[in-house]
Amino acid sequence: MRRLLLVAAAFCVAGCMEVEQTSGSGKMPGQTVKRDTSPWDNEPLALGPKWSKGDRNSWEEQIKRRQLNSQHEFMRGKQ
Amino acid sequence: MARMKFLCDAERCIECNGCVTACKNENEVPWGVNRRRVVTINDGVVGAEKSISVACMHCSDAPCMAVCPVDCFYRTADGVVLHDKDLCIGCGYCFYACPFGAPQFPQAGAFGLRGKMDKCTFCAGGPEADKSDAEFKKYGRNRLAEGKLPACAEMCSTKALLGGDGDVIADIYRERVARRGNKGAEAWGWGSAYGQPPKGAAPAAPAAGGKS
Repeated sequence: MRRLLLVAAAFCVAGCMEVEQTSGSGKMPGQTVKRDTSPWDNEPLALGPKWSKGDRNSWEEQIKRRQLNSQHEFMRGKQ
Repeated sequence: MARMKFLCDAERCIECNGCVTACKNENEVPWGVNRRRVVTINDGVVGAEKSISVACMHCSDAPCMAVCPVDCFYRTADGVVLHDKDLCIGCGYCFYACPFGAPQFPQAGAFGLRGKMDKCTFCAGGPEADKSDAEFKKYGRNRLAEGKLPACAEMCSTKALLGGDGDVIADIYRERVARRGNKGAEAWGWGSAYGQPPKGAAPAAPAAGGKS
């Protein structure tokens, strides 16, 4: 019974997974595939927005702050 | 985790084409290729005309990716659908699969010869080294790597075009809809996004001879 419940639970949460979607799965023989780097792995510009290099959370935080500041006029008014 | 998305508020878009111009300028998009364009719905119908800015919507399960015979598409960790122009063979399958008409093909030569596919990158460049000349020439500017948002959304004067983290876009749009007086079931859906039909009006009949 317990095993059945575990299988049922695994089946239920399977839809919540996010499958990896990468290029070059070998459809073309001999193709060379380049892998992209993530934006948070870059050094911030000297006069641009700041985040810690390699830290995804800090990059996302500054992107959200920028978005709220530039696109959410009701919040911008409150600041 | 942030998931990058676009949303265009049809109640606010004034068809200024500022987003189209910003995209063209920022990415130095060649003549004949429009990564973003403004589409008018109900053109000429008084009181019902709306405009929306359309580009690649960076689908979570992108049909272009599914049909590509050389598998040149990939989805980044922040949800942006990009492609590798070195793998693309310019077949045009993605153009037929995309419901938004996002993939664009430069006319590269005589006899209708098509170049490699070009589309909106969410200002995230491509698989070349970030912020390199090669990346800029092939895909345009990588603003995400500079900690910025797409130029089209940041340029939009009426803030009709929202671009960035999907959760933040949902928060912004929810507040707008609430301020417009829509509550409960009316707060979301087609009517709120693209305008309500006038009260008492009969639902629009499908055009004769149109597609089913």
